[in-house]
Amino acid sequence: MAMAALRREGRRFATPLISPNPATVFRSSIIPSEEPVLSGVRCISTQVVRNRMKSVKNIQKITKAMKMVAASKLRAIQTRAENSRGLWQPFTALLGDTPSIDVKKNVIVTISADKGLCGGINSTSVKISRAMHKLNSGPDKENKYVVLGEKAKAQLVRDSKKDIELVMTELQKNPLNYTQRSLVAGVKWVMVSVMADDILKNVEFDALRIVYNKFQSVVSFLPTVSTVLSPEVVEREAESGGKLGDLDLYEIEGAETKGEVLQNLTEFQFSCMMYNAVLENATSEQGARMSAMDSSSRNAGDMLDRLTLTYNRTRQASITTELIEIISGASALEG
Amino acid sequence: MFRHGSRFLARATTMTWRRPFATDLQAEYVADSSFAEAWKKVVPNVDPPKTPSAFMSPRPATPSSIPSKLTVNFVLPYTSELSGKEVDMVIIPATTGQMGVLPGHVATIAELKPGILSVHEGNDVNKYFVSGGFAFVHANSFADIIAIEAVPLDRIDPNLVQKGLTDFTQKLNTASTDVEKAEAQIGIDVHSALNAALTG
Repeated sequence: MAMAALRREGRRFATPLISPNPATVFRSSIIPSEEPVLSGVRCISTQVVRNRMKSVKNIQKITKAMKMVAASKLRAIQTRAENSRGLWQPFTALLGDTPSIDVKKNVIVTISADKGLCGGINSTSVKISRAMHKLNSGPDKENKYVVLGEKAKAQLVRDSKKDIELVMTELQKNPLNYTQRSLVAGVKWVMVSVMADDILKNVEFDALRIVYNKFQSVVSFLPTVSTVLSPEVVEREAESGGKLGDLDLYEIEGAETKGEVLQNLTEFQFSCMMYNAVLENATSEQGARMSAMDSSSRNAGDMLDRLTLTYNRTRQASITTELIEIISGASALEG
Repeated sequence: MFRHGSRFLARATTMTWRRPFATDLQAEYVADSSFAEAWKKVVPNVDPPKTPSAFMSPRPATPSSIPSKLTVNFVLPYTSELSGKEVDMVIIPATTGQMGVLPGHVATIAELKPGILSVHEGNDVNKYFVSGGFAFVHANSFADIIAIEAVPLDRIDPNLVQKGLTDFTQKLNTASTDVEKAEAQIGIDVHSALNAALTG
Protein backbone atom coordinates (compact mmCIF):
# COMPACT_ATOMS: atom_id res chain seq x y z
CA MET A 1 0.00 0.00 0.00
CA ALA A 2 2.70 2.37 1.01
CA MET A 3 4.82 1.31 -1.91
CA ALA A 4 2.01 2.00 -4.35
CA ALA A 5 1.51 5.43 -2.90
CA LEU A 6 5.18 6.14 -3.15
CA ARG A 7 5.21 5.01 -6.74
CA ARG A 8 2.26 7.25 -7.49
CA GLU A 9 4.02 10.16 -5.85
CA GLY A 10 7.17 9.42 -7.74
CA ARG A 11 5.29 9.33 -10.98
CA ARG A 12 3.67 12.67 -10.18
CA PHE A 13 7.07 14.23 -9.64
CA ALA A 14 8.62 12.60 -12.61
CA THR A 15 5.92 13.46 -15.14
CA PRO A 16 7.31 16.82 -16.11
CA LEU A 17 10.71 15.20 -16.62
CA ILE A 18 9.72 12.01 -18.41
CA SER A 19 7.69 12.77 -21.43
CA PRO A 20 5.65 9.87 -22.86
CA ASN A 21 7.66 9.70 -26.03
CA PRO A 22 11.40 9.29 -25.49
CA ALA A 23 12.14 10.52 -28.99
CA THR A 24 10.68 13.91 -28.27
CA VAL A 25 12.89 14.25 -25.21
CA PHE A 26 15.89 13.70 -27.43
CA ARG A 27 14.63 16.12 -29.98
CA SER A 28 13.73 18.76 -27.46
CA SER A 29 17.24 18.72 -26.14
CA ILE A 30 18.54 19.58 -29.56
CA ILE A 31 15.94 22.07 -30.61
CA PRO A 32 14.75 23.60 -27.37
CA SER A 33 13.06 26.50 -29.08
CA GLU A 34 10.17 24.26 -30.08
CA GLU A 35 9.39 23.05 -26.58
CA PRO A 36 9.16 25.03 -23.38
CA VAL A 37 12.45 24.94 -21.51
CA LEU A 38 12.05 23.22 -18.17
CA SER A 39 12.57 25.46 -15.22
CA GLY A 40 15.74 24.80 -13.31
CA VAL A 41 17.34 22.75 -16.07
CA ARG A 42 18.36 25.64 -18.22
CA CYS A 43 21.92 24.59 -18.95
CA ILE A 44 21.28 20.89 -19.44
CA SER A 45 20.22 21.40 -23.03
CA THR A 46 23.47 23.09 -24.00
CA GLN A 47 25.31 20.23 -22.37
CA VAL A 48 23.42 17.68 -24.47
CA VAL A 49 23.95 19.66 -27.65
CA ARG A 50 27.62 19.98 -26.86
CA ASN A 51 27.93 16.21 -26.42
CA ARG A 52 26.10 15.61 -29.63
CA MET A 53 28.32 18.05 -31.47
CA LYS A 54 31.35 16.20 -30.19
CA SER A 55 30.03 12.86 -31.37
CA VAL A 56 29.08 14.22 -34.79
CA LYS A 57 32.55 15.68 -35.10
CA ASN A 58 34.07 12.30 -34.28
CA ILE A 59 31.86 10.57 -36.81
CA GLN A 60 32.94 13.09 -39.40
CA LYS A 61 36.58 12.40 -38.61
CA ILE A 62 36.04 8.66 -39.03
CA THR A 63 34.18 8.98 -42.32
CA LYS A 64 36.81 11.36 -43.66
CA ALA A 65 39.55 8.91 -42.76
CA MET A 66 37.63 6.06 -44.40
CA LYS A 67 37.23 8.15 -47.52
CA MET A 68 40.96 8.80 -47.65
CA VAL A 69 41.72 5.10 -47.22
CA ALA A 70 39.22 4.14 -49.92
CA ALA A 71 40.67 6.75 -52.27
CA SER A 72 44.19 5.46 -51.93
CA LYS A 73 43.08 1.84 -52.29
CA LEU A 74 40.99 2.78 -55.30
CA ARG A 75 43.92 4.27 -57.14
CA ALA A 76 45.98 1.13 -56.68
CA ILE A 77 43.27 -1.29 -57.71
CA GLN A 78 41.81 0.77 -60.54
CA THR A 79 44.92 0.49 -62.69
CA ARG A 80 45.00 -3.25 -62.08
CA ALA A 81 41.37 -3.63 -63.06
CA GLU A 82 41.86 -1.56 -66.19
CA ASN A 83 44.91 -3.56 -67.16
CA SER A 84 43.00 -6.80 -66.77
CA ARG A 85 40.23 -5.71 -69.12
CA GLY A 86 42.01 -7.09 -72.16
CA LEU A 87 42.10 -10.54 -70.66
CA TRP A 88 38.52 -11.67 -71.26
CA GLN A 89 37.94 -10.03 -74.63
CA PRO A 90 39.46 -12.80 -76.79
CA PHE A 91 37.22 -15.34 -75.10
CA THR A 92 34.11 -13.33 -75.75
CA ALA A 93 35.22 -12.84 -79.34
CA LEU A 94 35.67 -16.58 -79.77
CA LEU A 95 32.98 -18.17 -77.64
CA GLY A 96 30.46 -15.38 -77.89
CA ASP A 97 28.31 -13.83 -75.23
CA THR A 98 25.44 -16.12 -74.35
CA PRO A 99 23.44 -14.89 -71.35
CA SER A 100 20.21 -16.31 -72.74
CA ILE A 101 21.43 -19.88 -73.15
CA ASP A 102 18.99 -22.43 -71.79
CA VAL A 103 20.72 -25.18 -69.83
CA LYS A 104 19.82 -27.49 -67.01
CA LYS A 105 22.37 -26.78 -64.30
CA ASN A 106 22.95 -23.11 -63.72
CA VAL A 107 25.48 -21.88 -61.21
CA ILE A 108 25.31 -18.22 -60.30
CA VAL A 109 28.58 -16.85 -59.01
CA THR A 110 27.72 -13.78 -56.98
CA ILE A 111 30.64 -11.49 -56.32
CA SER A 112 30.32 -9.00 -53.48
CA ALA A 113 32.41 -7.23 -50.89
CA ASP A 114 33.32 -8.42 -47.42
CA LYS A 115 32.59 -5.13 -45.76
CA GLY A 116 29.66 -2.78 -45.85
CA LEU A 117 29.49 1.01 -45.97
CA CYS A 118 29.95 0.98 -49.71
CA GLY A 119 26.67 2.14 -51.15
CA GLY A 120 24.44 -0.31 -52.96
CA ILE A 121 26.91 -2.51 -54.79
CA ASN A 122 26.40 -5.58 -52.61
CA SER A 123 22.63 -5.45 -52.73
CA THR A 124 22.77 -4.81 -56.48
CA SER A 125 24.71 -7.98 -57.11
CA VAL A 126 22.38 -9.93 -54.82
CA LYS A 127 19.34 -8.50 -56.56
CA ILE A 128 20.69 -9.39 -59.99
CA SER A 129 21.63 -12.87 -58.78
CA ARG A 130 18.13 -13.48 -57.46
CA ALA A 131 16.69 -12.29 -60.73
CA MET A 132 19.00 -14.62 -62.66
CA HIS A 133 17.83 -17.42 -60.42
CA LYS A 134 14.23 -16.57 -61.17
CA LEU A 135 14.94 -16.19 -64.87
CA ASN A 136 16.53 -19.60 -65.17
CA SER A 137 14.23 -21.53 -62.88
CA GLY A 138 11.76 -24.01 -64.24
CA PRO A 139 10.83 -27.67 -64.06
CA ASP A 140 13.83 -30.05 -64.08
CA LYS A 141 16.24 -27.17 -63.82
CA GLU A 142 18.76 -26.61 -61.12
CA ASN A 143 20.04 -23.30 -59.85
CA LYS A 144 22.88 -23.02 -57.39
CA TYR A 145 24.73 -20.11 -55.89
CA VAL A 146 28.44 -19.74 -55.37
CA VAL A 147 28.92 -16.73 -53.13
CA LEU A 148 32.06 -14.66 -52.89
CA GLY A 149 32.13 -12.15 -50.08
CA GLU A 150 30.56 -11.83 -46.67
CA LYS A 151 27.82 -9.37 -47.56
CA ALA A 152 26.14 -11.34 -50.33
CA LYS A 153 26.32 -14.42 -48.13
CA ALA A 154 24.47 -12.63 -45.33
CA GLN A 155 21.73 -11.59 -47.73
CA LEU A 156 21.38 -14.84 -49.64
CA VAL A 157 21.46 -17.11 -46.59
CA ARG A 158 18.15 -15.62 -45.49
CA ASP A 159 15.96 -16.98 -48.27
CA SER A 160 17.97 -19.40 -50.38
CA LYS A 161 20.19 -21.20 -47.94
CA LYS A 162 19.61 -24.58 -49.54
CA ASP A 163 20.78 -23.34 -52.93
CA ILE A 164 24.14 -22.07 -51.75
CA GLU A 165 26.78 -24.51 -52.84
CA LEU A 166 30.00 -22.76 -51.92
CA VAL A 167 30.96 -19.64 -49.99
CA MET A 168 34.28 -17.88 -50.20
CA THR A 169 35.09 -14.89 -48.06
CA GLU A 170 38.00 -12.65 -47.11
CA LEU A 171 39.02 -11.95 -50.67
CA GLN A 172 40.08 -8.44 -49.94
CA LYS A 173 42.48 -9.18 -47.13
CA ASN A 174 45.42 -9.84 -49.40
CA PRO A 175 46.02 -8.27 -52.79
CA LEU A 176 44.34 -10.09 -55.63
CA ASN A 177 46.41 -11.79 -58.24
CA TYR A 178 46.03 -14.24 -61.05
CA THR A 179 48.85 -16.56 -60.06
CA GLN A 180 51.55 -16.47 -57.46
CA ARG A 181 53.80 -13.67 -58.57
CA SER A 182 55.08 -12.43 -55.29
CA LEU A 183 58.23 -10.42 -55.80
CA VAL A 184 58.43 -9.36 -52.16
CA ALA A 185 58.86 -12.24 -49.76
CA GLY A 186 56.07 -12.51 -47.25
CA VAL A 187 53.42 -10.80 -49.33
CA LYS A 188 50.50 -13.15 -49.71
CA TRP A 189 48.43 -12.92 -52.86
CA VAL A 190 44.96 -14.21 -53.28
CA MET A 191 45.28 -16.37 -56.33
CA VAL A 192 42.23 -16.10 -58.47
CA SER A 193 43.26 -19.07 -60.58
CA VAL A 194 43.29 -21.28 -57.49
CA MET A 195 39.94 -19.90 -56.42
CA ALA A 196 38.46 -20.58 -59.85
CA ASP A 197 39.91 -24.08 -59.72
CA ASP A 198 38.16 -24.63 -56.37
CA ILE A 199 34.85 -23.65 -57.86
CA LEU A 200 35.31 -25.82 -60.94
CA LYS A 201 36.21 -28.85 -58.85
CA ASN A 202 33.44 -28.55 -56.32
CA VAL A 203 30.47 -27.48 -58.38
CA GLU A 204 28.73 -29.26 -61.22
CA PHE A 205 27.50 -26.91 -63.88
CA ASP A 206 26.33 -26.46 -67.42
CA ALA A 207 26.61 -22.71 -67.32
CA LEU A 208 28.33 -20.44 -64.87
CA ARG A 209 26.97 -16.96 -64.60
CA ILE A 210 29.28 -14.49 -62.92
CA VAL A 211 27.42 -11.52 -61.44
CA TYR A 212 29.52 -8.51 -60.53
CA ASN A 213 29.63 -4.73 -60.63
CA LYS A 214 31.74 -3.37 -63.42
CA PHE A 215 33.57 -0.21 -62.52
CA GLN A 216 32.77 2.71 -64.76
CA SER A 217 33.56 5.73 -62.65
CA VAL A 218 33.70 6.56 -58.96
CA VAL A 219 29.96 7.17 -58.93
CA SER A 220 28.68 4.66 -61.46
CA PHE A 221 28.83 0.89 -61.55
CA LEU A 222 27.21 -1.37 -64.06
CA PRO A 223 25.83 -4.69 -62.86
CA THR A 224 27.15 -7.23 -65.32
CA VAL A 225 26.61 -10.92 -66.03
CA SER A 226 29.32 -12.94 -67.75
CA THR A 227 28.43 -16.41 -68.89
CA VAL A 228 30.86 -19.31 -69.04
CA LEU A 229 29.62 -22.57 -70.52
CA SER A 230 30.81 -26.04 -69.68
CA PRO A 231 32.85 -27.85 -72.38
CA GLU A 232 29.97 -30.25 -73.11
CA VAL A 233 27.54 -27.42 -73.72
CA VAL A 234 30.07 -25.60 -75.90
CA GLU A 235 30.55 -28.73 -77.99
CA ARG A 236 26.81 -29.36 -78.27
CA GLU A 237 26.08 -25.79 -79.28
CA ALA A 238 28.90 -25.78 -81.81
CA GLU A 239 27.73 -29.00 -83.42
CA SER A 240 24.09 -28.10 -83.52
CA GLY A 241 25.05 -24.79 -85.10
CA GLY A 242 23.32 -22.75 -82.42
CA LYS A 243 24.84 -19.66 -80.94
CA LEU A 244 28.35 -21.01 -81.19
CA GLY A 245 28.03 -22.33 -84.74
CA ASP A 246 31.17 -20.49 -85.81
CA LEU A 247 33.28 -22.52 -83.45
CA ASP A 248 33.10 -25.55 -85.73
CA LEU A 249 35.01 -23.61 -88.39
CA TYR A 250 38.06 -23.40 -86.16
CA GLU A 251 40.86 -25.88 -86.47
CA ILE A 252 41.86 -27.14 -83.07
CA GLU A 253 45.48 -27.83 -82.29
CA GLY A 254 46.84 -29.14 -79.03
CA ALA A 255 45.70 -32.20 -77.14
CA GLU A 256 44.43 -35.38 -78.82
CA THR A 257 40.73 -34.72 -78.68
CA LYS A 258 38.63 -31.67 -79.22
CA GLY A 259 36.91 -32.21 -75.87
CA GLU A 260 40.18 -31.96 -74.02
CA VAL A 261 41.09 -28.66 -75.62
CA LEU A 262 37.61 -27.31 -74.97
CA GLN A 263 37.88 -28.40 -71.35
CA ASN A 264 41.15 -26.50 -70.94
CA LEU A 265 39.74 -23.59 -72.86
CA THR A 266 36.58 -23.17 -70.78
CA GLU A 267 38.48 -23.57 -67.52
CA PHE A 268 40.93 -20.94 -68.63
CA GLN A 269 38.07 -18.74 -69.74
CA PHE A 270 36.40 -19.04 -66.36
CA SER A 271 39.55 -18.14 -64.46
CA CYS A 272 40.20 -15.14 -66.72
CA MET A 273 36.60 -13.94 -66.43
CA MET A 274 36.73 -14.40 -62.67
CA TYR A 275 39.98 -12.50 -62.42
CA ASN A 276 38.56 -9.51 -64.20
CA ALA A 277 35.23 -9.74 -62.36
CA VAL A 278 36.82 -9.88 -58.92
CA LEU A 279 39.05 -6.93 -59.72
CA GLU A 280 36.22 -4.89 -61.21
CA ASN A 281 34.04 -5.57 -58.20
CA ALA A 282 36.81 -4.65 -55.79
CA THR A 283 37.34 -1.40 -57.68
CA SER A 284 33.62 -0.66 -57.61
CA GLU A 285 33.60 -1.35 -53.90
CA GLN A 286 36.35 1.16 -53.20
CA GLY A 287 34.78 3.73 -55.49
CA ALA A 288 31.37 3.28 -53.89
CA ARG A 289 32.86 3.47 -50.43
CA MET A 290 34.69 6.63 -51.36
CA SER A 291 31.59 8.39 -52.62
CA ALA A 292 29.46 7.09 -49.72
CA MET A 293 31.97 8.31 -47.17
CA ASP A 294 32.32 11.60 -48.99
CA SER A 295 28.60 12.27 -48.81
CA SER A 296 28.37 11.13 -45.21
CA SER A 297 31.19 13.42 -44.09
CA ARG A 298 29.47 16.24 -45.93
CA ASN A 299 26.26 15.32 -44.15
CA ALA A 300 28.02 15.31 -40.81
CA GLY A 301 29.39 18.77 -41.60
CA ASP A 302 25.90 20.07 -42.34
CA MET A 303 24.60 18.57 -39.14
CA LEU A 304 27.44 20.10 -37.20
CA ASP A 305 26.64 23.52 -38.64
CA ARG A 306 23.01 23.19 -37.60
CA LEU A 307 23.93 22.00 -34.13
CA THR A 308 26.43 24.82 -33.67
CA LEU A 309 23.77 27.32 -34.61
CA THR A 310 21.32 25.82 -32.12
CA TYR A 311 23.96 25.66 -29.44
CA ASN A 312 24.98 29.30 -29.87
CA ARG A 313 21.40 30.45 -29.99
CA THR A 314 20.55 28.60 -26.78
CA ARG A 315 23.61 29.92 -25.04
CA GLN A 316 22.84 33.45 -26.12
CA ALA A 317 19.24 33.08 -24.95
CA SER A 318 20.32 31.90 -21.53
CA ILE A 319 22.82 34.74 -21.20
CA THR A 320 20.13 37.24 -22.15
CA THR A 321 17.74 35.75 -19.62
CA GLU A 322 20.36 35.95 -16.91
CA LEU A 323 21.12 39.56 -17.76
CA ILE A 324 17.46 40.46 -17.63
CA GLU A 325 17.15 38.75 -14.28
CA ILE A 326 20.14 40.62 -12.88
CA ILE A 327 19.03 43.96 -14.25
CA SER A 328 15.46 43.58 -13.11
CA GLY A 329 16.70 42.42 -9.70
CA ALA A 330 18.98 45.44 -9.45
CA SER A 331 16.25 47.83 -10.52
CA ALA A 332 13.86 46.25 -8.00
CA LEU A 333 16.40 46.89 -5.23
CA GLU A 334 16.91 50.45 -6.37
CA GLY A 335 13.25 51.20 -6.69
CA MET B 1 32.89 46.27 -72.59
CA PHE B 2 32.13 44.53 -75.82
CA ARG B 3 35.73 44.22 -76.87
CA HIS B 4 35.57 40.47 -76.83
CA GLY B 5 32.04 40.24 -78.11
CA SER B 6 32.95 39.54 -81.70
CA ARG B 7 35.33 36.83 -80.66
CA PHE B 8 32.69 35.13 -78.53
CA LEU B 9 30.17 35.33 -81.30
CA ALA B 10 32.59 33.87 -83.79
CA ARG B 11 33.43 31.08 -81.44
CA ALA B 12 29.81 30.36 -80.63
CA THR B 13 28.94 29.85 -84.26
CA THR B 14 31.96 27.77 -85.18
CA MET B 15 32.07 25.85 -81.96
CA THR B 16 31.84 22.10 -82.18
CA TRP B 17 31.86 19.84 -79.12
CA ARG B 18 35.04 17.94 -78.85
CA ARG B 19 33.33 15.21 -76.87
CA PRO B 20 29.68 14.25 -76.63
CA PHE B 21 27.44 15.29 -73.79
CA ALA B 22 27.29 12.91 -70.86
CA THR B 23 23.58 12.51 -71.46
CA ASP B 24 24.02 11.55 -75.09
CA LEU B 25 23.00 8.01 -75.78
CA GLN B 26 25.92 5.86 -76.71
CA ALA B 27 25.67 3.66 -79.70
CA GLU B 28 25.25 0.38 -77.92
CA TYR B 29 26.18 -3.00 -79.20
CA VAL B 30 23.27 -5.25 -78.32
CA ALA B 31 24.45 -8.83 -78.31
CA ASP B 32 21.55 -10.82 -77.04
CA SER B 33 18.23 -9.08 -77.31
CA SER B 34 16.33 -12.23 -76.36
CA PHE B 35 18.04 -12.10 -72.97
CA ALA B 36 16.86 -8.55 -72.37
CA GLU B 37 13.33 -9.49 -73.44
CA ALA B 38 13.20 -12.54 -71.18
CA TRP B 39 14.56 -10.43 -68.37
CA LYS B 40 11.91 -7.77 -68.83
CA LYS B 41 9.21 -10.43 -68.63
CA VAL B 42 10.48 -12.03 -65.42
CA VAL B 43 11.86 -9.03 -63.57
CA PRO B 44 10.20 -5.93 -64.96
CA ASN B 45 11.29 -3.56 -62.20
CA VAL B 46 15.05 -4.11 -62.54
CA ASP B 47 17.10 -3.09 -65.54
CA PRO B 48 18.75 -6.03 -67.29
CA PRO B 49 22.42 -6.32 -66.43
CA LYS B 50 25.10 -5.65 -68.98
CA THR B 51 26.92 -8.48 -70.66
CA PRO B 52 30.59 -8.49 -71.61
CA SER B 53 29.96 -7.85 -75.29
CA ALA B 54 28.57 -4.42 -74.40
CA PHE B 55 32.04 -3.41 -73.26
CA MET B 56 34.08 -4.50 -76.22
CA SER B 57 34.27 -3.09 -79.69
CA PRO B 58 32.78 -5.49 -82.21
CA ARG B 59 35.20 -7.33 -84.44
CA PRO B 60 34.99 -6.65 -88.16
CA ALA B 61 33.56 -9.26 -90.49
CA THR B 62 35.81 -11.44 -92.60
CA PRO B 63 36.96 -9.36 -95.59
CA SER B 64 36.67 -10.87 -99.06
CA SER B 65 40.33 -10.28 -99.86
CA ILE B 66 43.19 -11.11 -97.54
CA PRO B 67 44.44 -7.97 -95.72
CA SER B 68 48.13 -7.18 -95.80
CA LYS B 69 48.53 -6.99 -92.04
CA LEU B 70 47.63 -9.22 -89.11
CA THR B 71 45.93 -7.58 -86.12
CA VAL B 72 47.33 -8.96 -82.90
CA ASN B 73 46.00 -8.75 -79.34
CA PHE B 74 48.49 -10.12 -76.87
CA VAL B 75 47.13 -10.02 -73.32
CA LEU B 76 48.41 -10.95 -69.89
CA PRO B 77 46.51 -10.85 -66.59
CA TYR B 78 48.29 -7.68 -65.50
CA THR B 79 48.61 -5.84 -68.78
CA SER B 80 47.74 -5.77 -72.46
CA GLU B 81 51.10 -6.18 -74.11
CA LEU B 82 49.79 -5.54 -77.63
CA SER B 83 46.27 -4.44 -78.36
CA GLY B 84 45.05 -4.22 -81.90
CA LYS B 85 48.55 -3.88 -83.26
CA GLU B 86 49.01 -4.49 -86.96
CA VAL B 87 52.01 -6.69 -87.69
CA ASP B 88 53.31 -8.84 -90.54
CA MET B 89 53.63 -12.17 -88.79
CA VAL B 90 53.66 -13.83 -85.37
CA ILE B 91 55.25 -17.14 -84.50
CA ILE B 92 53.37 -18.90 -81.74
CA PRO B 93 54.78 -21.72 -79.58
CA ALA B 94 51.84 -24.14 -79.90
CA THR B 95 51.95 -27.53 -78.21
CA THR B 96 52.18 -29.11 -81.65
CA GLY B 97 55.21 -27.04 -82.60
CA GLN B 98 56.05 -23.50 -83.62
CA MET B 99 53.22 -22.01 -85.66
CA GLY B 100 53.72 -19.08 -87.97
CA VAL B 101 50.63 -16.94 -88.43
CA LEU B 102 50.33 -14.67 -91.46
CA PRO B 103 47.30 -12.63 -92.55
CA GLY B 104 44.62 -14.92 -93.94
CA HIS B 105 45.61 -17.85 -91.75
CA VAL B 106 42.92 -20.49 -91.31
CA ALA B 107 40.87 -20.06 -88.12
CA THR B 108 42.61 -21.97 -85.37
CA ILE B 109 42.50 -22.55 -81.64
CA ALA B 110 45.89 -23.53 -80.28
CA GLU B 111 47.20 -24.32 -76.84
CA LEU B 112 50.55 -22.79 -76.02
CA LYS B 113 53.53 -24.39 -74.35
CA PRO B 114 56.47 -22.57 -72.74
CA GLY B 115 58.50 -21.10 -75.57
CA ILE B 116 59.27 -18.07 -77.69
CA LEU B 117 56.59 -15.89 -79.16
CA SER B 118 58.03 -13.65 -81.83
CA VAL B 119 56.26 -10.71 -83.37
CA HIS B 120 57.57 -9.64 -86.79
CA GLU B 121 56.88 -6.13 -87.90
CA GLY B 122 58.80 -5.02 -90.95
CA ASN B 123 62.42 -5.66 -90.04
CA ASP B 124 61.78 -5.52 -86.29
CA VAL B 125 61.39 -8.76 -84.40
CA ASN B 126 60.12 -8.67 -80.80
CA LYS B 127 60.69 -11.88 -78.91
CA TYR B 128 58.88 -12.82 -75.72
CA PHE B 129 59.18 -15.90 -73.60
CA VAL B 130 55.64 -17.07 -72.72
CA SER B 131 54.80 -19.58 -70.05
CA GLY B 132 51.70 -21.04 -71.65
CA GLY B 133 48.15 -20.12 -72.51
CA PHE B 134 45.97 -20.03 -75.58
CA ALA B 135 46.05 -18.50 -79.02
CA PHE B 136 43.04 -17.92 -81.26
CA VAL B 137 43.45 -17.06 -84.90
CA HIS B 138 40.22 -15.77 -86.42
CA ALA B 139 39.21 -15.89 -90.05
CA ASN B 140 39.25 -12.08 -90.28
CA SER B 141 43.04 -11.99 -89.74
CA PHE B 142 42.76 -11.25 -86.05
CA ALA B 143 45.02 -13.15 -83.68
CA ASP B 144 44.38 -13.22 -79.92
CA ILE B 145 47.15 -14.53 -77.73
CA ILE B 146 46.48 -15.00 -74.03
CA ALA B 147 49.36 -15.95 -71.79
CA ILE B 148 49.75 -16.19 -68.04
CA GLU B 149 53.20 -14.68 -68.06
CA ALA B 150 55.46 -13.23 -70.74
CA VAL B 151 58.84 -11.58 -70.55
CA PRO B 152 60.88 -9.98 -73.30
CA LEU B 153 63.73 -12.34 -74.01
CA ASP B 154 66.52 -9.87 -73.26
CA ARG B 155 65.38 -9.59 -69.64
CA ILE B 156 66.16 -13.19 -68.80
CA ASP B 157 69.38 -13.98 -66.95
CA PRO B 158 71.10 -17.06 -68.50
CA ASN B 159 73.02 -17.87 -65.31
CA LEU B 160 69.81 -18.13 -63.27
CA VAL B 161 68.29 -20.34 -65.95
CA GLN B 162 71.22 -22.75 -65.73
CA LYS B 163 71.01 -22.74 -61.95
CA GLY B 164 67.25 -23.39 -62.01
CA LEU B 165 67.72 -26.22 -64.47
CA THR B 166 70.25 -28.00 -62.24
CA ASP B 167 68.10 -27.35 -59.15
CA PHE B 168 65.02 -28.89 -60.70
CA THR B 169 67.00 -31.86 -62.12
CA GLN B 170 68.19 -32.52 -58.60
CA LYS B 171 64.66 -32.21 -57.29
CA LEU B 172 63.37 -34.70 -59.84
CA ASN B 173 65.98 -37.24 -58.74
CA THR B 174 65.12 -36.88 -55.05
CA ALA B 175 61.34 -36.58 -55.53
CA SER B 176 59.38 -39.27 -53.71
CA THR B 177 55.70 -38.47 -54.34
CA ASP B 178 53.93 -38.05 -57.66
CA VAL B 179 53.12 -34.42 -56.93
CA GLU B 180 56.75 -33.56 -56.27
CA LYS B 181 57.79 -35.37 -59.41
CA ALA B 182 55.24 -33.52 -61.51
CA GLU B 183 56.32 -30.19 -60.02
CA ALA B 184 59.97 -30.91 -60.74
CA GLN B 185 59.11 -32.03 -64.26
CA ILE B 186 57.26 -28.75 -64.92
CA GLY B 187 60.29 -26.86 -63.60
CA ILE B 188 62.63 -28.77 -65.90
CA ASP B 189 60.34 -28.24 -68.90
CA VAL B 190 60.15 -24.49 -68.36
CA HIS B 191 63.85 -24.08 -67.70
CA SER B 192 64.95 -26.20 -70.64
CA ALA B 193 62.57 -24.24 -72.88
CA LEU B 194 64.13 -21.04 -71.53
CA ASN B 195 67.59 -22.45 -72.10
CA ALA B 196 66.75 -23.45 -75.65
CA ALA B 197 65.27 -20.00 -76.25
CA LEU B 198 68.39 -18.25 -75.01
CA THR B 199 70.93 -20.43 -76.79
CA GLY B 200 69.02 -21.08 -79.97
